[in-house]
Amino acid sequence: MSEYVIETAKGKWEVIVGLEIHCQIISKSKIFSGASTEFGDNPNENVSFVDAGMPGMLPTLNRWCVHQAVKTGLGLNAKINKYSEFSRKNYFYADLPSGYQITQFRYPIVGEGKIRIDLPDGSNKDIGIERMHIEQDAGKSIHDLSPTKSYIDLNRAGVGLMEIVTKPDFRAPEEAGAFLRKLRSILRYLETCDGNMDEGSMRCDVNVSVRPYGSNELRTRCEMKNVNSVKFVMQAIENEAKRHVEVYENGGDIIQETRQFDPTTGQTKVMRKKEFAHDYRYFPEPDLPPLVLDDAYIESIKQEMVELPDAKKTRFINELGLTAYDASVICENKEVADFFEKASAGHDAKKVANWLIGDFFAMLNKRKLSIKESPVSAENLGNLVELISKSVISGKIAKDVFEIMSETGDSPEKIVEEKGLRQVTDVSAIEAIVDKIIAENPDNVAAYKKGKTNLAGWFVGQTMKMSQGKANPAMVNELVKQKLDK
Amino acid sequence: MKDITKLTVAQALSGLKKKEFSATELTEAYIDNIEQNTKVNAFVTKSFEIAKQQASEADKRYASGNSLPLDGIPLGIKDLFCTKNIRTTACSKILGEFIPPYESTVTNNLLQDGAVFLGKLNMDEFAMGGSNETSCFGPVVNPWSKDKDLVPGGSSGGSAAAVSAHLCAASTGTDTGGSIREPAAFCGCTGIKPTYGRCSRYGIIAFASSLDQAGPIAQDVRDCAVLLKSMAGFDAKDSTSYDTPVPDYESFLEQDINGMVVGIPKEYRLDGMNKEIVAYWDKAAEILKSGGAKVKEISLPHTKYALAAYYVLAPAEASSNLARYDGIRFGNRKNGNSLDELYINTRTEGFGNEVKRRIMIGTYVLSAGYYDAYYLKAQKVRRLIHDDFMNAFKECDVILTPTSPITAFPIGDEKMLQNPINMYLNDVFTVSVNLAGLPALSLPIGLSAEGLPYGMQIIGKPFDEQTIFKAAYKLEQDTGFERI
Repeated sequence: MSEYVIETAKGKWEVIVGLEIHCQIISKSKIFSGASTEFGDNPNENVSFVDAGMPGMLPTLNRWCVHQAVKTGLGLNAKINKYSEFSRKNYFYADLPSGYQITQFRYPIVGEGKIRIDLPDGSNKDIGIERMHIEQDAGKSIHDLSPTKSYIDLNRAGVGLMEIVTKPDFRAPEEAGAFLRKLRSILRYLETCDGNMDEGSMRCDVNVSVRPYGSNELRTRCEMKNVNSVKFVMQAIENEAKRHVEVYENGGDIIQETRQFDPTTGQTKVMRKKEFAHDYRYFPEPDLPPLVLDDAYIESIKQEMVELPDAKKTRFINELGLTAYDASVICENKEVADFFEKASAGHDAKKVANWLIGDFFAMLNKRKLSIKESPVSAENLGNLVELISKSVISGKIAKDVFEIMSETGDSPEKIVEEKGLRQVTDVSAIEAIVDKIIAENPDNVAAYKKGKTNLAGWFVGQTMKMSQGKANPAMVNELVKQKLDK
Repeated sequence: MKDITKLTVAQALSGLKKKEFSATELTEAYIDNIEQNTKVNAFVTKSFEIAKQQASEADKRYASGNSLPLDGIPLGIKDLFCTKNIRTTACSKILGEFIPPYESTVTNNLLQDGAVFLGKLNMDEFAMGGSNETSCFGPVVNPWSKDKDLVPGGSSGGSAAAVSAHLCAASTGTDTGGSIREPAAFCGCTGIKPTYGRCSRYGIIAFASSLDQAGPIAQDVRDCAVLLKSMAGFDAKDSTSYDTPVPDYESFLEQDINGMVVGIPKEYRLDGMNKEIVAYWDKAAEILKSGGAKVKEISLPHTKYALAAYYVLAPAEASSNLARYDGIRFGNRKNGNSLDELYINTRTEGFGNEVKRRIMIGTYVLSAGYYDAYYLKAQKVRRLIHDDFMNAFKECDVILTPTSPITAFPIGDEKMLQNPINMYLNDVFTVSVNLAGLPALSLPIGLSAEGLPYGMQIIGKPFDEQTIFKAAYKLEQDTGFERI
């Protein structure tokens, strides 16, 4: 990819970015209690005594959350640590009932890994994963319901999170965007996190610093908390980097601080200065023994790994002949990829891909439907392509058939039969039409013969029109030429 | 009729089974004692109506011949155990009128076995203290007090004093650094802190999670065995509880101790140690020897670092465990103009001085820049102390030491109050056991010249409470200690 450089009158600057992503674990119950994780229930409906930090309550680890974390670690091509420990991160806040968050500090469950991102120009880059640990989410404070009171909803308190920390490998906003899309895609493939940034089930903290272009130094970074869309993450990086450059070029210094990204202005503002940074007083959680995994356990999870987007993409390119672009569009979403595989089975995969990315997506967009709700089934889409391949209908007629399919959900075969759209390939039938048009338009025939050869197209068009589009276009072309040149 | 409140649990069970008296009669006898003897100040919450109800149900079971292991035995419960529908305060103002909607596993086990709960017992605030003077309900008076009112020891001061004064048949305690054993020793009772993980901590208000263990305080060794059997056991709700069967401890009591090796740690012979306690220590060793045990000097070389490590680790965990008392969801709240002010006001008013001191120490030792020097160092010491014991147990079966270097001291004692370290020094023989997670029992060995009880401590291997009970029973038989 072309380099991302901030260029001013005074110089060139490079951007350094690292991300920390909190991903809510898909699990029925919370990570340290049996309460439900259902999103959108009434406030404080899903709160156990443990979640509320009642006296004498103890956490017990939800095994499923461990399973999900290991699966995710494998999906990040990362090292699974057979020994990990829980720690307490101590701070006071009204939506943190125990006064500490149970997290992992010195010994996370997942170590170093990497993710390959796909950049808009078709190139790739590997982004390093520093670590991933599991922890509990806090509750929610609601400050805008009353001028004098804050309300606390503990439904989210104790929901399991995976915190993925990347290496500072990003050099452009687009890289961070591509990473988040790829990560979301992997998590959804694995079904370990639903990746919905707008619902907060995937939240991103962005660390940004800049340095003079070509240098190797690492300058002070600022962290932006909870940036909640891919677009905002890219915007936050761009604007924060510009701010740094401006400060440096005006002779100032960047102070390490936590900043907040404002989606309405696109700018960042100070949230917490370093001197007010919490001292979290981490120490090993005495209520939970260390988490020790054995090889057999990790192996059993490896066995249930699904094919991930990169592997699928490679297969689609190599085995089905898709272009890199089509393959990556199709593989980003597992449901789309599954739909595609079903649709293309036994048919021309490249054509199916074209239809899927073109007319099919346009239809879903227009109707505001998810792929699950599509009136056109995968089998029917495949069959439609098959009808074109076998010259039963023309590509043009196929568009009409597809329109009807998306209205009725009917199979293309049924529509073609009922509407009599089957392509005419009977030479004598087409010949009769061509003859008729030649006979009725002697002037045009004469003009053609005098050298206006592009009138051939007009004869083809007339023939197609008279056949209601059903005549095989190749045959029409050939017959028209033959007859006119006679 | 003789005073049925003087009976041990085992004797009372036998009387109940023989229908010599009913559970209701027994319960009412204790209620009378509690109402008459208010000076001890052992009960901070009385649940007499509930107790009478429980007793009447026990009587029904006796009548039908389907009695439970502890059916109709009136107990006092340390106020650190959450008891469903009975106020639980940890003797701290900060919990106010907190009534738990849940039952701790240990008290639930006792209820399942038919026990009757008379009420909640006084203790040091959040179990922090060695004299029961930090309770927001005022100090407990040791029933052995002569002219001056003496402390019962702590933190389970109410538990020991109530048993000693026959205000309940037995009681529950918790022990983080000696909180069962020291008050048991000061009040002439018997108490056991089992192996860490033997009893569930679920529903016990946490002081220092890696050290806290529940255990019984009772009149004698047999009662401790009977009660511990009921209290102990694996609990899926406590990830640190241990999944191993609970032996029938009582069946070990009368077993021969012939051949048992008793270790005497030389590091516990402190310079300038009280001569009386040394004499009792020697006497205890002689008694065990007379039963066929071999007595052997052993070494626990890191003993001198135990107190320091303990007073880093316990406050560190406590500072975090007590963060939840913030006035937001339960207990007392004192409002302020901001969230921070609410916290400050609530906690300033709600916590007593000793609790504040430990929160500050704990916060300090966990702070950035100090963690390695204090917390991490203390954890390393803890490991060494654990290893000391494991090495010692290669050559002995139990370890015999005094429980405390002193007897009960007066309430409001100048020396103890002017420097908290003096109070902490009383834990010198008990804290190592918690750091190593071992079981240890304290039983009375005799009286001082002033007529106050001394306690002897028997420390065992992990999950080998039965050997402790064997040795303790022999010691008890030959000591002939006379209770009040």
